[in-house]
Amino acid sequence: MFNIIKIAARNLRRYQRRTILTSALITLGVVAVLLFISVTGSFKDMMVGQITDSMLGHLQIHRRGYLASIDNLPLDRNLNERQVAKVKNVLSNVDTVESFSMRIKLGAMFSNFTETTNIRLNAVIPEQEVKTVPLLQDRIIEGQKEDVLLQKGEILIPELIAKGMKVKVGDSIVLVANNKDGSVNGKTFVVGGVLEGISGPGGRDGVIHLNDARELLRIDGVEISEIAIRLKSMDDLPPVFSRLKAELATIKDKQDKPVFELHTWEKLTPFYNIAQMIDLMTFFIKVMLVAIVLVSIMNVMIMAVYERINEIGTISAIGTLPGKIMALFVTEGFLLGVLGTVVGTIISLISIAAVNAAEITFNFGRQSDLLLAPVIGQGDVITIGLIVIGISVLASLQPAFKAARMDPITALRHV
Amino acid sequence: MSLVTADNLEKTYQIGEITVKAIRGVNFSIEQASFVSFVGPSGSGKSTLLNMIGCLDPPTGGSLHVADQNIARLNRKQAARFRGEHIGFVFQDFNLIPVLTVFENVEYPLLMVQNWPEQKRKKQVNDLLEAVGMGDQANKYPGQISGGQKQRTAVARALVTNAKLVLADEPTANLDGETASRIINLMKKMRDELDTTFIFSTHDPRVMRNAEIIFTLEDGKLLQKNNGGAHV
Repeated sequence: MFNIIKIAARNLRRYQRRTILTSALITLGVVAVLLFISVTGSFKDMMVGQITDSMLGHLQIHRRGYLASIDNLPLDRNLNERQVAKVKNVLSNVDTVESFSMRIKLGAMFSNFTETTNIRLNAVIPEQEVKTVPLLQDRIIEGQKEDVLLQKGEILIPELIAKGMKVKVGDSIVLVANNKDGSVNGKTFVVGGVLEGISGPGGRDGVIHLNDARELLRIDGVEISEIAIRLKSMDDLPPVFSRLKAELATIKDKQDKPVFELHTWEKLTPFYNIAQMIDLMTFFIKVMLVAIVLVSIMNVMIMAVYERINEIGTISAIGTLPGKIMALFVTEGFLLGVLGTVVGTIISLISIAAVNAAEITFNFGRQSDLLLAPVIGQGDVITIGLIVIGISVLASLQPAFKAARMDPITALRHV
Repeated sequence: MSLVTADNLEKTYQIGEITVKAIRGVNFSIEQASFVSFVGPSGSGKSTLLNMIGCLDPPTGGSLHVADQNIARLNRKQAARFRGEHIGFVFQDFNLIPVLTVFENVEYPLLMVQNWPEQKRKKQVNDLLEAVGMGDQANKYPGQISGGQKQRTAVARALVTNAKLVLADEPTANLDGETASRIINLMKKMRDELDTTFIFSTHDPRVMRNAEIIFTLEDGKLLQKNNGGAHV
C-alpha cells in the first residue's frame, strides 16, 4: 500500500499545477463550509443558550390548554397544589434534571405614580429560577446583586419600561392586577433591577417574587402557571422529553384526558425556525462542497487517466493486476482530497482564531454588540473531512475503473 | 522442451463489418534460451504474434502454449498474473514510468507484481542494474538519461523477475546504430547468463543479423524459418 501511495503522490507532483489548482478548489470549499458552520453554529448556540438559559429553560410543563392561551396569561389555567406535587414527584425521579423553577405568569398595570403602562410578569422563587435559567442574572444591566436575584417586595423591570417610564433602581412603583375572580388589587414594589430585553417570548417580561404575586393575586395555597426545567446536558433533551411525556400522560383528569402538556424550548420560541433555517443552509453549503469536490476530482482524474493511457498499458503488460491499477488512481483522488481537507482545515482554524481575536460584534433584533465567537467542533471537522475524502474517492472510482479495464494493447498503441 | 508452441494459430479481428485475418494458421515452436526474431513487412502480423505470445491478445483459433500454459484459456486477470510471473517486455519507446527512478522502474515488477521481500528485491535490482551497466544511474529519473540507457533499464526491468521469456517489439527502432548494437549484445549476454528466451519483432537488419532463429511472416502466414546470422 505504501508503494501505491508513493507512486500516486509522485504522479500528483508530476502534474504540479493541476494538483495545486484542484486542491486549492477543495481547500476553498472546505474553508467556506467550516467557517460557515462555525459562525452560524456559534450564533445558533449563542441564541439557543441565551433563550434557554435566561428565559425558557430546556423544557416547560403547563396545564393542558395553557399554551394556546399564553398571550392572555390566563390565571384560571394554573396548576393546583395536587398537580404541582405530582409533577415534582415525576421530576424528582429523573436524574438528568438539573433543576426546575415554578412560575406564575401574569399581566398587570405598572404605575410610576405619574404614568401607567401594562407589563407582563414572571413571578418566581429566586433560588429556583437562578438554578434553572442561570443567565437571567446576567441580563440585569442595573442593580445586579451578587447573592440573590431579587428580594421579596422588589421587581426587575424590562429596560424598555425603565426608559419609557423613567424609572430607576430604588424607585417605588405600583402593580395593579386582576385575580382570576376579576377583583382588582394593587401592591407597591421597589425597583430592584433593570433587565436587558432579548429576542423571543418572555424576553421583555418583568420579574417579581412568587409570594408577592400570590399576595397581589390573592392566591391561597399553591397555584403555578408553568414549570421550567433545566437538564444537566442539552444532549439529554430527546430522551428526557420522551420519558417525561410518557409519565405525565398517565396523569389524567376526570374526563380521562391528560392534565399536563410538556414542551421543549423548540416549541416555545420562534427562534427554532431560524435555527432550522441555519441547519438547512448548512446542509446546502455541504451539498455545494460535495459538488465542488466531485466535479473537480472527477475532472482531474479523467484527465490523469487520459494522459497516462500508454503508462497504464505498460504497467498492465508487465503484470500489474487491474485491482492495483485501480488502486493507483483511487489513491491519487484520495490524496487530493486529503491535501485539500488538511490545508482547508488549517486555514479554517487559523481564520476562526483570527475572527475570535478580532472580537467582532454584531446586532441581532433589539440586541446589540453580540460578540461573534465562532467555534468549530471536532465532530464537524471530522465529518467534513470524511465527506470530502469520501467524495474524492468516489469521484476517482469511475476513471480508475476505466484505467483498470483498459485493454493493454490499445493502451500501448496510444500516442 | 519447447517454451513456446503454436499450433495452427489464428487471429482474426472484426473491424465494423470487415473481418481482418491477422494471423492465418501459423505453426512454430521455440526452445528455451533461444534468441529469435520475427521479421516481415508492416502489417505482416509480427506485433500481433508477439502480443499473443505475451498473453496480451488471445488467439481466435488454434492453440498457443507458453511455458506449458495454454494461454487461450486464461482470463484477463490470469493473463496479467501469468505475464507478471513468466514474461518480460521491452518496448520500442522504452515505456519507463516517468515518476520512478531507474532503480524503482526495475524494482516495480518485484514490488507491485510479485511482492518480493525487500532485501532480496534490492539485491536482485542492483545485480541487474550492474549487469546492464546502469548501476551508477540508479537514482536518476527516465527524463535524465539517454535513449540507450532507457532501453538498458527496460531490459533490466524485463529480466528482473527471472522471466523465462522476454518479448521485444522493435527494441532498437528508436536507437542509433551503435546504441542498438549494444542493446542487442546486452540482451544476448543476458540470454547467455540467465538462459532467458528473447523473441523480437523487427525490421532492423542489425537485430536480424544477431538472431539465431528468424521467422519470416507475410500477410499473417509464416513463410519460412531460417537460422539467423548468429547461430548457437
